[in-house]
Amino acid sequence: MLYPRREFPIKEMDFVRAGEASLQVKKILQEIHADEDLVRRAAIACYEAEINAVVYGRDGVMSLEIDEDGIYIYVEDKGDGILDIELAMMEGFSTATPEIREMGFGAGMGLPNIMKNADEFTISSAVGEGTRLKIIFRTGWKKTEN
Amino acid sequence: MRLADVVQRLELKVLVGSDLLDRKVSGGYAGDLLSDVMANSAAGQLWITIQSHVNIVAVGVLRELAGIILSQDRLPDEATLVRAEQEKVPLIQSSRSTFEVSGLLFKLLNE
Repeated sequence: MLYPRREFPIKEMDFVRAGEASLQVKKILQEIHADEDLVRRAAIACYEAEINAVVYGRDGVMSLEIDEDGIYIYVEDKGDGILDIELAMMEGFSTATPEIREMGFGAGMGLPNIMKNADEFTISSAVGEGTRLKIIFRTGWKKTEN
Repeated sequence: MRLADVVQRLELKVLVGSDLLDRKVSGGYAGDLLSDVMANSAAGQLWITIQSHVNIVAVGVLRELAGIILSQDRLPDEATLVRAEQEKVPLIQSSRSTFEVSGLLFKLLNE
């Protein structure tokens, strides 16, 4: 492990702090001199995951792990879980309330945007069991050592 | 172009960040859907929006935007002003519509 595991709490419906976890991750990635494009993609993916957790996740946590192969971001929440993951992954699909949409959220682009920006992305969720995301960015650092 | 020059030329009102106006503006992005702005804006751009809630600051910081122009005289709430001060994100106001501000900014940056 290149960098000790860090955890950042995500609080439900806290829009004042929403984005803070993502910002912490971004700062760490910049500290370790990750590629600029990777940092940009990671910021987008983290933000979308974090907002989802804030809006739908009751309480959640974003975790960051880094090794020579890549950057691993886990987002886990205690929300109601996703009924149909395939549907949730569709661009434009959203279960956001009118109040949430008025704030400019709920465009239904969150999960698709994570998928687009991450190198690897897995999501597991079930109704009543919360949601877990695993978002991976490959750095290729191990290769350049040789 | 410096943010100070944009403010002056477009007759904008600076709500937060009068000490941050020396920064360079490389472009603009107009939009009110936060996912869209997160995905499609670029560092150094001025974001033009009618969204005035506190989370616009997070977007501004994460995307390293030059600042946020609230069109149509939208006034951010207290939480937004405080957060913008903390995170050093300029918040600027215009009485014009998003369409007009965008048009004027586009023209200005392409002079």
